[in-house]
Amino acid sequence: MADMASPKAFAYAPAPESRAVVDIAPSYGLFIDGEFTEATGGKVFKTISPSTEEVLSEVAQGSAEDVDRAVKAARKAFVKWSALPGAERAKYLFRIARIIQERSRELAVLETLDNGKPIKETRDADLPLVAAHFFYYAGWADKLDHAGYGANPRPLGVAGQVIPWNFPLLMLAWKIAPALATGNTVVLKPAETTPLSALFFADICRQAGLPKGVVNIVTGDGSTGAALVAHEDVNKVAFTGSTAVGKAIARTVAGTDKKLTLELGGKGANIVFDDAPIDQAVEGIVQGIFFNQGQVCCAGSRLLVQESIQDELMDALKRRLSTLRLGDPLDKNTDIGAINSAEQLARITELADSGEAEGAERWAPACELPSSGFWFAPTLFTGVTQAHRIAREEIFGPVLSVLTFRTPGEAVAKANNSQYGLSAGIWTEKGSRMLAVASKLRAGVVWANTFNKFDPTSPFGGFKESGFGREGGRHGLEAYLDV
Amino acid sequence: MSESAARLSVFKTYKLFVGGKFPRSESGRVYEVTDSKGNWLANAPLSSRKDARDAVVAARKAVGGWSGATAYNRGQILYRVAEMLEGRKEQFVREVAEAEGLSKAKAAAVVDAAIDRWVWYAGWTDKIGQITGATNPVAGPFFNVSATEPTGVVAVLAPQESSFLGLVSVLAPVIATGNTAVVVASEKAPLPALSLGEVLATSDVPGGVVNILSGRTAEITPSLAAHQDVNAIDLAGADAALAKELEIAAADNLKRVLRPQPVDWAATPGTDRMTAFLETRTVWHPTGSLGAGGSSY
Repeated sequence: MADMASPKAFAYAPAPESRAVVDIAPSYGLFIDGEFTEATGGKVFKTISPSTEEVLSEVAQGSAEDVDRAVKAARKAFVKWSALPGAERAKYLFRIARIIQERSRELAVLETLDNGKPIKETRDADLPLVAAHFFYYAGWADKLDHAGYGANPRPLGVAGQVIPWNFPLLMLAWKIAPALATGNTVVLKPAETTPLSALFFADICRQAGLPKGVVNIVTGDGSTGAALVAHEDVNKVAFTGSTAVGKAIARTVAGTDKKLTLELGGKGANIVFDDAPIDQAVEGIVQGIFFNQGQVCCAGSRLLVQESIQDELMDALKRRLSTLRLGDPLDKNTDIGAINSAEQLARITELADSGEAEGAERWAPACELPSSGFWFAPTLFTGVTQAHRIAREEIFGPVLSVLTFRTPGEAVAKANNSQYGLSAGIWTEKGSRMLAVASKLRAGVVWANTFNKFDPTSPFGGFKESGFGREGGRHGLEAYLDV
Repeated sequence: MSESAARLSVFKTYKLFVGGKFPRSESGRVYEVTDSKGNWLANAPLSSRKDARDAVVAARKAVGGWSGATAYNRGQILYRVAEMLEGRKEQFVREVAEAEGLSKAKAAAVVDAAIDRWVWYAGWTDKIGQITGATNPVAGPFFNVSATEPTGVVAVLAPQESSFLGLVSVLAPVIATGNTAVVVASEKAPLPALSLGEVLATSDVPGGVVNILSGRTAEITPSLAAHQDVNAIDLAGADAALAKELEIAAADNLKRVLRPQPVDWAATPGTDRMTAFLETRTVWHPTGSLGAGGSSY
């Protein structure tokens, strides 16, 4: 555990969460039609713990043929599943929600091992939100007539869903819960680097007695996802991930009847006005960019601070960053865990280096990084201009770019000066200013005097090249209904 | 015990459910409850007007905590009620069969429907606000949002005939939205209702959120209808004459009144039993302006 606090601070004793609660098998097959099955051709790949590079398990590399098997299973299951009374579908989803609650510590530890994020986050954020999401959409399954889409809205059919590695199980919940509630069946491809929690979810489906073929999990790399998206018997494509891949998917489904929703990248502006409560703003900024090592599509990665308070805010922010604890993700005191993969670490490193090369000023607290695994110290850049790559490109890491503004109008102009439009934050004590600014921000989620808050009842999604469609809330049903 | 002697069963003493506890009627009175053929089943508490007032006090005390709980939390608790009922299905099937003169199979269907009704309303707790609320596009620089909230303490006259499914169908919507309830059970068939209290007490429903009284509907309900600390009344279990009398009494503090109407308790309900006991609050807030420059963004 690297302690970045001053030497005078009390040292923290190690407080590791026990791994004994989770039992990872040496290998996993694909979950198709209610059974685990080997990939055609038998290809496998390893999934590792990003904090130690230890191999956790071997997972099947799904091929186009495997995707086809899964889609066929989902198609077959769709007939009965979609004909089931909503109240019965609801009860399956309630069962799943309850089993997730029961197994949440096991799943939290598993997720931390496979993803590298702190146990504090998987335990207190990811898992409670996963269970809540299933609970929420369970309740919609027999209430679709009340959802505002007319009487008896119909499901689409087979949903092909591709999810990222930053919130593996939560993104699974965001995809599967509304799809099943509305009567669709699914084929889901988890991210290459974080397949395990989806495979454990398959076991939860078994425990819940979910009919075979309603949920199919096909692990693999980008080619597996591409095969799923392109499959001609898929009626709905839902993707969360990078804007580049999102655009490729939009091209793939062009000219078909497939309904598409995309939740893509972001470059969220966190706007701090001179009347903001500074201490709360500092916490919100930290939450906004260092939650999940900044590997969050809606991260507040651009800090827009009103010029008159820049020095005061920067001092407070640097003080706060010096107390963040980076290290073993399983330690309950850890604030910053590992970067998910060597590839992602390389991308963060390259972009951060470009910030320096382009003339921004780099700062990070004194921070010792563990010798194995993938790590990046919390970093901030001041003197950033709108032209810098670190102000324009999504870094997807613990790197904050600080810009300044003088007027609300300038803040809005700078916040909107992005290809993205996913999230934004506003810090001010003045309600009318908050609402005026919020109404001008081209962003799908705006947090006022808070940041990175999520709830199953609250729609989430982007403007512009952050994608389209909403997940969560009543709005989230639309993506899976023929409306 | 000798082999020839049959074991003598233990009778249950049926009690009221008030403030999370199981008191007898303060009056010390009971009345005889019989099955549909007139055979004695049990003695039920014959509640007094004082019992009703005590129940209102308990219900009022519980309003803050229950209405202040997150909708998600309330949903999980209502779902927990369904889980607990599922485990005690046999008992309720027997009680409903005896109370309503149903075959075992028919009583089982009634109990299944009652369990599913809890699940239905468990799912509504965090959704009803999403279909009753609105942001309103007022013609001015204002953020204008309407949201619903529970009215408070609701007196509920449970249906007389459908002693369990009917009871659940009128009680669950009241508490799903965050109200607390004083329920007057079916007069001639109060036992399933009194047993439901035992389920609620073990389902994380906070004490006082549901209070269940048995006795003479005509004796207890006028004091509830006239009570100044009751916010609303559901007259499902009142006949036409009593309903009119109670509605007149309820007008004294303008209680929200849900009149009795013919209901097929087996059918999937709508939202009316929830919206009947909700208040709508609209908040105006200026949105300000970014100045002349702001309009171009």
